[in-house]
Amino acid sequence: MSAATTHAEQAEHDSHGIEIPHASYRDYTIGFVLSVILTAIPFALVMTGALSPAVTGVTILGLAVVQIVVHMVYFLHMSPKAEGGWSITSLIFTIIVVGIMLSGSLWVMSHLNTNMMPQAHEEMSQIP
Amino acid sequence: MSTDAVPSTSAAEPTFLFGKLGWNSLPHDPIVLSTMVVVIIGGIGLLALVTRYKLWGYLWKEWFTTVDHKKIGIMYMILGLVMFLRGFADAIMMRLQQVMAFGGSEGYLNSHHYDQIFTAHGVIMIFFVAMPFITGLMNYVVPLQIGARDVSFPFLNNFSFWMTTSGAVLTMASLFVGEFAATGWLAYPPLSGIAYSPSVGVDYYIWALQIAGVGTTLSGINLIVTILKMRAPGMGLMKMPVFTWTSLCANILIVASFPVLTAVLALLTLDRYVGTNFFTNDFGGSSMMYVNLIWIWGHPEVYILILPLFGVFSEVTSTFSGKKLFGYTSMVYATVVITILSYVVWLHHFFTMGSGASVNSFFGITTMVISIPTGAKLFNWLFTMYRGRIRYELPMMWTVAFMLTFTIGGMTGVLLAVPPADFVLHNSLFLIAHFHNVIIGGVLFGIFAAINYWWPKAFGFKLDPFWGKVSFWCWVPGFWVAFMPLYVLGLMGVTRRMRVFDDPSLQIWFAIAAVGALMIAAGIAAMLIQFAVSIWKREALAETTGDPWNGRTLEWATSSPPPDYNFAFTPRIHALDAWYDMKAAGVEHPAEGYKDIHMPSNTGAGVILAGISTVAGFALVWHIWWLAGLSMVGLIGAAIAHTFNYKRDFHIPASQVAATEAARLRQLQAAGA
Repeated sequence: MSAATTHAEQAEHDSHGIEIPHASYRDYTIGFVLSVILTAIPFALVMTGALSPAVTGVTILGLAVVQIVVHMVYFLHMSPKAEGGWSITSLIFTIIVVGIMLSGSLWVMSHLNTNMMPQAHEEMSQIP
Repeated sequence: MSTDAVPSTSAAEPTFLFGKLGWNSLPHDPIVLSTMVVVIIGGIGLLALVTRYKLWGYLWKEWFTTVDHKKIGIMYMILGLVMFLRGFADAIMMRLQQVMAFGGSEGYLNSHHYDQIFTAHGVIMIFFVAMPFITGLMNYVVPLQIGARDVSFPFLNNFSFWMTTSGAVLTMASLFVGEFAATGWLAYPPLSGIAYSPSVGVDYYIWALQIAGVGTTLSGINLIVTILKMRAPGMGLMKMPVFTWTSLCANILIVASFPVLTAVLALLTLDRYVGTNFFTNDFGGSSMMYVNLIWIWGHPEVYILILPLFGVFSEVTSTFSGKKLFGYTSMVYATVVITILSYVVWLHHFFTMGSGASVNSFFGITTMVISIPTGAKLFNWLFTMYRGRIRYELPMMWTVAFMLTFTIGGMTGVLLAVPPADFVLHNSLFLIAHFHNVIIGGVLFGIFAAINYWWPKAFGFKLDPFWGKVSFWCWVPGFWVAFMPLYVLGLMGVTRRMRVFDDPSLQIWFAIAAVGALMIAAGIAAMLIQFAVSIWKREALAETTGDPWNGRTLEWATSSPPPDYNFAFTPRIHALDAWYDMKAAGVEHPAEGYKDIHMPSNTGAGVILAGISTVAGFALVWHIWWLAGLSMVGLIGAAIAHTFNYKRDFHIPASQVAATEAARLRQLQAAGA
């Protein structure tokens, strides 16, 4: 709350007060190197075929999540303290809403054949 | 839908220069043709008048290019009002058709035209009436309530308004050039796919909503940032007025849900323009996915509409009962709970699509749960009124009408939330009656309460109470007469969107509904007369104190209308009802120590960008590819050019502020305050 008040006070003097988050050359370098590594590994895995396709897929997905976090921390400068906590609050809200949308859609769409009558013998045999 | 009508645009060979556009795109239907003639004559008359009185410069400098949140708010309200008249004309046409089309009569509308009318009615009323109205209210009131000089991004605000207008212009253009979608307001595929809707109607729908959606999303972001960052010092979150709270939640819903609409319409666009198969019947497409996705946006959308009005009712009830709001904290938490819950109820719009018992019961229960915080709000309003000194002025009258009407609408909603009941009532007129009951009884009555409440703030004179009461007593009974028959018909199994009927025993109910629609028409006419009479008698109705209702929140601390800079000094907040607290503490109006005030400059960039977007939308609708490409380039070019505009701000000199404030002080003393 106190942070919001400070912003309001700033706005009093200058309604266009743009606040540039603290970012250093070092942060950008770390972020860049990390994201290159996180991109190179999936390419290498696919090109060499070192792991089985299933494991490769899961690994790539896992690395993609790490990649997202790297981008948010080093490029978008998100932290629990940034913008008086609003940054992390909106992130959590986004994750909740996207989670609801994705899981809900998957659940709904996988459920739609519940009231359907199997129409032919082949279809009948395909029903789990 | 019936097939006896020929689409007004036959599939002529597209040309390079004009795409699918040709002379046969103009209307043949005598009804549309005569409307077009009237609109053209009226439009030319309006333009001539504006030119005759040399108003173009004034309009451009003071209104079209303004970045003042107050003027943009007023422009949103005017847009909403104009589009409301169009949407209501559609409604009257439907009522007339349905009451005529009995006993072998086909009525007076062919099926293709009728299908477009009910689609346009829904689209216009939601996107171009309710949305501009609530955005306009939030724009006008929120910065004043939090003691800010403007919104966080004043130019973006102007741009958002013109993008919304651009969408409205495209929708209106479809009436005379080509046709509108004939698919129902959510354009479900496969009907809205290219195979079943080969003409331009759905394309108009898509591009109008996409362009307006840009405006809505940006204005949502703008208002969130404004509320979070620009509050006056001392105004913690739990000291924000309830209207600001509900606006915050509504805008969070906008930002989180409108991208879903954008994405699902983009997928439909790909299906129609480049032959993908996301929602087609074959090649693995699933039209059910469209229904699922669009309601993930669509359900939060109805809460986007109603939440700000819950805020309005809270302000009005508290002010006109002369008491602080009962249960402020519970009101805030109820709002937040509704915000979250509105994301987990979307399937109740398609219980019948085929999900099993576990899915349907989950969404049925969440839907019933959402009525609990809503009920809590109603009890808060009732307890605020309890032992209050209630003044039945127009805003309070609309609020009481809302409480009675909305409660019935909410109860039929809970009825529909029971999946087995929904299997009987789905797509029936019962549903139509339900959502008109909550949208008219909640959103529209709320907007009317808000207009009567804040009009004196915006223009410096009150609205005429006599014509306001005439309007009220036509509107409220008119609503009940118009929609109760639809509940009856729905229970008897009559489905929505029907053009002709066989069973003569139904006709009486449609006749009653038509009478109700005429009563509502009288209410709208009385409201327009109310505006005209009030402007005519503005000297007699003048309001000089800035606080006509003995208000409690900060917007009543400034003059009516407020100066460009809203507050000469940013107020310091010590209590929830900040202005009531100041009045009780006897805070003096400051008379000296003014400083220069930093203000944003007007810019025409919003008008230009939105104008080019309209051209781009039109070109995409008609497959005029060169024009679409050109306007895309123009759009990017204009946006880049705007970044080189360095004349973005100016200062109102302290002497001018002092003069304005001194005049205000004299006015206050004359009013004996």
